[in-house]
Amino acid sequence: MAEHILPKRTYYTIFLILAFCTYLTWQVAYFDLGPFNTIAALAIAVFKATLVVLFFMHVRYSTRLTWAVVIGSVFWLGILLVLTMSDYLSRGWIPQS
Amino acid sequence: MSPEAVHTYSPALAHQFDDAGQQKEAATLGMWVFLVTEVLFFGGLFVTYLVYRNWYPGAFTAASHEMIVWAGTTNTFVLITSSLTMALAVHAAQLGNRRLLMTFLIITMALGCVFLGIKAFEYYSEYVEHHVPGMGFQFEAEHFQHAQLFFSLYFMMTGLHALHMIIGLGIMSVMLWWSYRGVITPEYTNPIEISGLYWHFVDIVWIFLFPLLYLIGRHVHG
Repeated sequence: MAEHILPKRTYYTIFLILAFCTYLTWQVAYFDLGPFNTIAALAIAVFKATLVVLFFMHVRYSTRLTWAVVIGSVFWLGILLVLTMSDYLSRGWIPQS
Repeated sequence: MSPEAVHTYSPALAHQFDDAGQQKEAATLGMWVFLVTEVLFFGGLFVTYLVYRNWYPGAFTAASHEMIVWAGTTNTFVLITSSLTMALAVHAAQLGNRRLLMTFLIITMALGCVFLGIKAFEYYSEYVEHHVPGMGFQFEAEHFQHAQLFFSLYFMMTGLHALHMIIGLGIMSVMLWWSYRGVITPEYTNPIEISGLYWHFVDIVWIFLFPLLYLIGRHVHG
C-alpha cells in the first residue's frame, strides 16, 4: 500500500473552512430561526466533523475496511439516537386516560 | 512471510505482518475500532442531553445563558488549530522532518494546555457563581431544579472531554519522546498517525459540545 502524503495546502484549506464554520455557528446562534437554530448548529457541526474525518483523519484515502468501521460507528450512534428519541418524542401522541 | 516481503523488511516492521502497508492498516483499523467505542461512550451522554433538553427546554435555555460564550468560542478555535498542527505533525513525520515533527507536537500540546486553562477558568467562574450542582447550587426559582440537570450534564460532558484532552497530552508526550529518540521514521509513522486520530476525535466531540452547551437560544437574550 503506497503512502499517501497530502499536500500541506489541503490541511490549510480545511482549517480555514473549519474556522469559518465556527464563526458561522457562533453568529447564527444570535438570529431567531425558531427550531432551525438547533438544526443549523448541528448541520454545521456534522459538516465540520465530516471534514475532520475525511481529511485530517485521512479516511478519504483509507481502505474500504476502515470506511466500513467509520460508517459503522455513525450507524450505531444512529440506532442509539433514533430508537431512543422515537420513544421519548412519541410519548405524548397517545392521549392518557 | 512471502519472499517479496523480505525486501521491505525494516526494524520497525513487527514479524506478524507481511509488509509495512499491512501493519499500517492494522494499526489504523485498531484505532478506529477503539474510536467506535468512544463514539458510543460519548453518544450515551449526548442522548441523555437530548432527552432532558426536549423535556425542559426553558430550563436548558436559561442555564445555557450562564455559559461564557467567548471562552467556548475561543476554545473551539484553539482546538481546530491544534487539529491543524497535529495534521501538520503527521505530514512532517511522513516527510521525515524530525525537527518540524517535534515542533508541531509541542505546539499541539501547548494548544491543548491553553484549552484546559480556559476550561479551568470557566469551571472556577461557575464554582464562584454557585452553578455547580450539589455545592450550594443557586439559580432562579422557576428553573432551579432542572437547571441542575443542565449543569450536571455540562460538567459530566466537558469533564469527560477534558479527561480525554489530558490523556491526549500524555500520548503526545510519549510521541514527542519517541520522535526525539528517532523511533519515528518516514517508514514508521504509525504511532504519530493513530495518536493523531485520537486527537482529532477529541476535537470532533468538542465541535458538537460547543453549540449544544453554549449557544442554546442565544437569540432570546443576546
